[in-house]
Amino acid sequence: MSAWVSTMALRRRLQDHPFLLVQAWRSTESLLRLLTKPLAYLGLERASRWLNPIERPIKHLLFDCQMCGQCVLHYTGMTCPMTCPKQLRNGPCGGVQMDGKCETDPEMDCVWVKGLERLEKTPYGPENLRLNPPVDWQLEDQSSWVTLALGRDQVAIGTERQARYASEVME
Amino acid sequence: MNPNPLRSNLARVLAAGEFALAVEVSPPVGPNPKALLRQIERVRGYADVYNVTDNQSARIHMGSLPACILIQEAGLEPVVQFTCRDRNRLGLQSDLLGASALGITNVLALSGDHPSCGDHPHVKFVGDIDSINLVRMIRMMRDDQVFENGEPIPKIAPEFFIGAVANPFSPPHDFRPLRLAKKVAAGAQFIQTQLVYNVDRFREYMQQVVDLGLHEKTAILAGVGPVKSLAGLEFMRNEVAGMDVPDELLGQLRGLSQEDQLKAGLDLACEIGEEIRQIEGVRGLHIMAIGATTMIPQLIERLGLYPRPIV
Repeated sequence: MSAWVSTMALRRRLQDHPFLLVQAWRSTESLLRLLTKPLAYLGLERASRWLNPIERPIKHLLFDCQMCGQCVLHYTGMTCPMTCPKQLRNGPCGGVQMDGKCETDPEMDCVWVKGLERLEKTPYGPENLRLNPPVDWQLEDQSSWVTLALGRDQVAIGTERQARYASEVME
Repeated sequence: MNPNPLRSNLARVLAAGEFALAVEVSPPVGPNPKALLRQIERVRGYADVYNVTDNQSARIHMGSLPACILIQEAGLEPVVQFTCRDRNRLGLQSDLLGASALGITNVLALSGDHPSCGDHPHVKFVGDIDSINLVRMIRMMRDDQVFENGEPIPKIAPEFFIGAVANPFSPPHDFRPLRLAKKVAAGAQFIQTQLVYNVDRFREYMQQVVDLGLHEKTAILAGVGPVKSLAGLEFMRNEVAGMDVPDELLGQLRGLSQEDQLKAGLDLACEIGEEIRQIEGVRGLHIMAIGATTMIPQLIERLGLYPRPIV
């Protein structure tokens, strides 16, 4: 019980002051870019089998990661949108209570209210305008480190393959 | 762009610069269409378009699409509502094709209340796609004639006039206009808002929306909800997710007799309707009278919005 409480406290502390998580993300991303070739050689499935034993426990501890395999954490304030009961990837729904709690549980903070607060504390503030694509469920339980390196995390919807931003309609 | 956007009466009314009016109706809880037909007879002619909810409040009802067909057969123009709660992308697209085949062009995309709020709390929230991506998917089906998987739609593209919803009241307030911008970028041509009881907050929101120029790229219909009684207003505040009902409003109805509460409820809706009509960027009203459909004709007449324009 006390281990669980201290895990939650650590997670919350790291997420509320996301500087370290941002640094960790940047190092991970640079490292993965260097590993593109060997990872491509191994292929998504095999590379995931090797990396999952590392990625899964770390991200579970830090973010309560749900292993969707297409990580958007740095767009969402280092707060996993898959922990939202509706798994929304484009911002909070209209059911957020006036006190910022989730419509499904009056004790639970809205994942997106927290995520957007934290996003402001990272260098990725303008990413709140990103239209995140829907989840590709084929990637679930694959390593998002591998899907990132292979570019498989850029999920298409219909004819739209590139990320779009709401700034295109704003004055 | 949409080859023929004006097949929708709502689109025509908005294009003509008229102040638009939508009324929400609720499909029956059961297979008997009579309850629905009785309901629409009360409001026939009072709106440009009739929204038909999709298992509202996550409570079981007849489906929105079949109920839309009943309404259309009765001579009224429906808006079919699609939530992301009950169907995945396959299910949503096949129903969208069906809607277009039946000549139902007005579609409203929304996330949907979570099942834990409703009468089937044990079921799964599907959430295969979110409301913003649902809007995107519908726009691409129409404009690019492709399915969500990128494959072409054979022969003809479906026709849609695409709507989405907005809740200006739920936190975080600074993000709400930006979330609207995301929906507009996704392809939302009209927006129906959560019920407005906190007019000051709504005014602030609309100011931000106007500053971003979004009111010119989408038509915003503000939600108005007449209530019959203090209990009705308390229900809105306590039972409906994301509703902002200020204490002063409850105070206005407190201590009144049942009859006076009914009168005060109507006065209140008129006052709010009148105030939000004056706010820059509001292009119409969306009347959602939960359990109070009998009040709709009086409300619309008192607002001077009856009869509806023929365009």
